[in-house]
Amino acid sequence: MSKRTLILIAVLLLAACVLPFLVSNYRTFQFTLVLVYAIALLGLNLLTGYNGQISLGHGAFYAIGAYTTAILMDKFGVPYWATLPVAGVVCLIFGFLFGLPALRLEGLYLALATFALGVSIPHLLKYHHLEYWTGGVQGIVITKPSAPFGLPLSQDQWLYYFTLAVMVLMFFLAWNLLRGRIGRALIAIRDQHVAAEAMGVNNAIYKSLTFGVSALYTGVAGALGAIAIQFVAPDSFNIFLSITFLVGIVIGGLASIPGAIYGAIFIQFVPNIADELSKAAPWAIFGVLMIGFVYVMPFGINGAIRMLMARFARKAQNGSSSSSATQSSIKTKETSR
Amino acid sequence: MKHVLAPIAALLALALASPLALAQKKYDPGATDKEIKIGNINPYSGPASAYGTIGKTIGAYFKQVNDEGGVNGRKINFISVDDGYSPPKTVEMARRLVEQDEVLLLFQPLGTPPNSAIHKYMNAKKVPQLFVATGATKWNDPKNFPWTMGWQPNYQTEATIYAQHILKTKPNAKIAVLYQNDDYGKDYLKGLKDGLGAKANMIVKEVSYEVADPTVDSQMVQLQASGADVFFNITTPKFAAQAIRKAFDSGWKPVHYLNNVSASVGSVLTPAGLDKSAGLISTQYLIDPTDKAFANDPAVVQWTAFMKKYYPEGNLIDASNFYGWVVGQTLVQVLKQAGDNLTRENVMKQAASLKDFSPPGMLPGIKMNTNANDFAPIQSVRLTRFDGKQWNGFGEIMGK
Repeated sequence: MSKRTLILIAVLLLAACVLPFLVSNYRTFQFTLVLVYAIALLGLNLLTGYNGQISLGHGAFYAIGAYTTAILMDKFGVPYWATLPVAGVVCLIFGFLFGLPALRLEGLYLALATFALGVSIPHLLKYHHLEYWTGGVQGIVITKPSAPFGLPLSQDQWLYYFTLAVMVLMFFLAWNLLRGRIGRALIAIRDQHVAAEAMGVNNAIYKSLTFGVSALYTGVAGALGAIAIQFVAPDSFNIFLSITFLVGIVIGGLASIPGAIYGAIFIQFVPNIADELSKAAPWAIFGVLMIGFVYVMPFGINGAIRMLMARFARKAQNGSSSSSATQSSIKTKETSR
Repeated sequence: MKHVLAPIAALLALALASPLALAQKKYDPGATDKEIKIGNINPYSGPASAYGTIGKTIGAYFKQVNDEGGVNGRKINFISVDDGYSPPKTVEMARRLVEQDEVLLLFQPLGTPPNSAIHKYMNAKKVPQLFVATGATKWNDPKNFPWTMGWQPNYQTEATIYAQHILKTKPNAKIAVLYQNDDYGKDYLKGLKDGLGAKANMIVKEVSYEVADPTVDSQMVQLQASGADVFFNITTPKFAAQAIRKAFDSGWKPVHYLNNVSASVGSVLTPAGLDKSAGLISTQYLIDPTDKAFANDPAVVQWTAFMKKYYPEGNLIDASNFYGWVVGQTLVQVLKQAGDNLTRENVMKQAASLKDFSPPGMLPGIKMNTNANDFAPIQSVRLTRFDGKQWNGFGEIMGK
């Protein structure tokens, strides 16, 4: 990573740390949800963007993470921070187990299988015999944690910092994973899996593990989301959530880490904006905005930003060396004739 | 002489100042000199959207109050949002109303599951969750949840009254129950079982349904197959209409007890079929606007005039629209009692100080009473039977 990028990240982190003191508690809560969705979208991006396995059911892993946290906190009195690793591991196992049979499926068929998972989760959560644990239709209410050590932070502010810390850690881990050998293997599988296999990449293990890790990320996001919202119910995790995640990564930018953050901002705030623009048909407005984004930025917000930056850099380069460049190009043209 | 003047003047000043200090205005977020912000969450969409008309009626009523000068000179700013009867949406809307819109209180949020989802939150935030539109028993718990108060008669009490009626009129009955699989349905069921006491084994079949289900036809088939001759119908309007129609069409004609929350002629019995609804037994605590006996009652006349002017598209045979009007008057009474002290604490205090309050629309003999240990304003009901055209009350006023 270049020095410039590091400075940019440091500045953004600083801005993120100062944010809760500048805005109301409710906005801080909304920004906490942005961070939560960013982790979830990064998980999905690992699977779909970097590894090419499409998933229309990631809402299910989000739900499993959320319910793991809720059940542990409600029935077993586990402190909120201790539930995160458990939620992660549970989702890792579920994701890996789902990824194994999914190896046989490609493209649309995998999409259907994951769709089946996403669509069945609310009903599984309402299942009669699991009601003692899941709370059925009524769901589970969670008590909100307070800032530890008597820090002078409101509950919303503390949760924001907690989520920010987890997010930074997970983003760093993902970045580290993707820039090495494993990242290259994932992308190779996405682009040309036959060639990747021929090169010695064990497709089966990598694809299943990616499913697992992707589920882990989304599960941890679900756990954080449950703590922030203080409530889980089956209807919160319907198929629409899975589709919203997919929308998020496409709009944010496939196969990019900052794309997860842009996508999260989009899926958290744009429905609210649409709601204010029209009480009667907010989802129609949302659809229009979505189509607009996809039309203007076909590679997602991240792609658009990179193109802008590249154009900016090119202009700067051209400006400084334009005279010498044109002279040398004229010379080459003359010599070639 | 001079020594005495100063202290006397001071005492006089103090005496004059104190009543002024008492009359000082006190506000919590949502209340100002000019307006009182009231939040409301109603299912305008989704499986319980038949109840959405209650929110519209209340909005129309507050508009009338504002046109007539408001409450103690303040206009009511009524902010009503949709949650589609979905608890997660209710949580989101409650947060928005309390933290972003900064309402003084949440009035009449509708539904047992939605209110259950925000129960702890409202009490943690110390914002009144007032006159909730559900009869579940848990809203009457001032010790643990001092910021939540119900309004309509308790579901368990109502079911106990049905149980007593069954024991009196059909002591060898076989009872079938259809109930919504959530706290509301289970509350009614518990009331029935408690009311039957030792004879709870009269219930030969109990079947539940989910709010997300499209129909209850298969459940009704199961219940008919049990051979029961009494049916307790614990359903919200959409499913109540289906159940009534199915019970008639399939030839099963049990003694049919219908829970009060779905007893509306306009939104339930008409879609089910008025002829198919003949014989239904339920309870009432409000005047039924379709009852010919009350056609000239001043309350009905007043309500009809209000509907024609402020909510003309509202259905005049839908009891929900009458319900909204009466509960709206209850809130206005509480706000009037609060005067210039519009803190949330005082609003709850005034709500817990209703003494024999009976606004137009209550059945004669039924009054609202609350105190610090009793957060259940209406506790009496009367049995009523549908004759194919309207509900006819019978028996005397029962309840606690």
